[in-house]
Amino acid sequence: MGAPEGRGDKAAIHRTIEAVWRIESARIIATVARMVRDVGLAEELAQDALVSALEQWPGAGVPDNPAAWLTAVAKRRALDRLRHGQLAERKAPEIGRELDAQHEMAQADFAEAVDAALDDDIGDDLLRLVFTACHPVLSTDARVALTLRLMGGLATDEIARAFLVPEATVAQRIVRAKRTLLEARVPFEVPRRHDLEARLASVLEVLYLIFNEGYSATAGDDWMRPALCEEAMRLGRIVAELMPDASEVHGLVALMEIQASRTAARVGASGEPVLLLEQNRARWDQMLIRRGLAGLARAEALGGAFGPYALQAAIAACHGRARTADDTDWPRIAALYDALAELSPSPIVELNRAVALSMAFGPAAGLEVVDALMGEPALQAYHLLPAVRGDLLLKLGRRDEARREFDRAASLTRNTRERTLLLARARACAASES
Amino acid sequence: MRFMLLMIPHGYETAAPGTIPDDVDAVAAMMAYNESMQKAGVLISCDGLHPPSMGARVSFPGRKPKVVDGPFAEAKEVLGGYWIIDVPSRADAIEWATRCPGSENEVIEVRQIQEIADFPPDVQALTTEFASMQAAKKA
Repeated sequence: MGAPEGRGDKAAIHRTIEAVWRIESARIIATVARMVRDVGLAEELAQDALVSALEQWPGAGVPDNPAAWLTAVAKRRALDRLRHGQLAERKAPEIGRELDAQHEMAQADFAEAVDAALDDDIGDDLLRLVFTACHPVLSTDARVALTLRLMGGLATDEIARAFLVPEATVAQRIVRAKRTLLEARVPFEVPRRHDLEARLASVLEVLYLIFNEGYSATAGDDWMRPALCEEAMRLGRIVAELMPDASEVHGLVALMEIQASRTAARVGASGEPVLLLEQNRARWDQMLIRRGLAGLARAEALGGAFGPYALQAAIAACHGRARTADDTDWPRIAALYDALAELSPSPIVELNRAVALSMAFGPAAGLEVVDALMGEPALQAYHLLPAVRGDLLLKLGRRDEARREFDRAASLTRNTRERTLLLARARACAASES
Repeated sequence: MRFMLLMIPHGYETAAPGTIPDDVDAVAAMMAYNESMQKAGVLISCDGLHPPSMGARVSFPGRKPKVVDGPFAEAKEVLGGYWIIDVPSRADAIEWATRCPGSENEVIEVRQIQEIADFPPDVQALTTEFASMQAAKKA
């Protein structure tokens, strides 16, 4: 046992325990969940170990290998629980052996502990935990909350603050999610090959939802929201390391990193949103762009066709590579949108494709696609459809039609700043007409 | 927030040119440590540095540049390598540093990396080109 200098006082030890918990909780929960086959119970047992640490470390000092300490305590609790439960007879000897090994590990030197922590079992356990937390039997909200709770080590109140919902709501979602998993007898496992792709899509969707919740936020605590983006990227990097051959995972991480690189440039001095082509590119985070491009290269190196995330990352990368807005490779972006529209068609992708086509090949090419979207029910109340159409009409010199579209777009948006801008554009069309 | 973990190995200030880690077990342990950070999703980058005997120091006596080749007689501690990690708090960065399989002569200094957002607005205005400078250097 050693309490390193500067970590002696109680507050410092609590900060250390918090940090250890953030680093280790997912692994401990995953390891214990493999023993007890119940993520809810596993989390409870891991929390018991955390409570023990909070009780003992301030007095005895932080152990040399806090991860092994916590894991050993959690496993012992699990063993106690199993001994008293129905499973005891069958599982106890096996778990007892594991526990002995764990004790030895706790005393071995650090290198061995790291080796042990890195063995495939733990990696598999973590992967099982990801797939279980993102199981389709749960609602999307529940998947998000459970993933942040089990994989991110975030407390319920932190998740609640991040999503701007009452803590009780999040707590209930998590409790219900754990019960649903138990009642549905969801096995704690990585899905087999034929199910893997569909289930992986659910995992990636959850990570991207977490990211977008932080990235698209216009309201709320400005500290927690960027933290959600960071958490999603960190979780994405973990999944990418656990499944290095899944190109879509690298694609998603790259997409998140390149989008996050623009965070500082997305908002103007008075808090107004700044559109991508008008952003000060000097404020883009080049480190994140480099990482995103590297992730995309990794996805590419795996061969095969890009999935939707890698395609979107490739589009984002075109912007990331361009030193000025004029340098943007629009023909390539248009081609990537063609591929995306084929792979996962949606009216929004189609609208973006229209913009890319107009930038690459002129407004008429874009207008053709936009006109085809006019009857699309999903876009009837979507202000960007008339806004884009108005822009293309204006470029074609059809000012009167453009003005009507800008007016229509202004009536559809709920954002005051956007409405002001659209009305100004409509007025500009009218003024130059006379 | 990003942190730099600076590895300062005592004795490295006098290491001969071309000195390279050759203790297989130590390197393996260090690689396992790096991998644990990568698998936790926090590792941004890491590098080792050749000894200062292969380097040079540029100082500015009387505000004029003066170049001195290594090794540097007066050096007490020098950098041997670094990690850049992205973690939620200073305590997390310190916790990761404590997990390094460091040897007795090594010290890790934990330093937070300045983000443009850390500067006051008027200073930020002066640093708008900073990101593109970082890009140019690495391109």
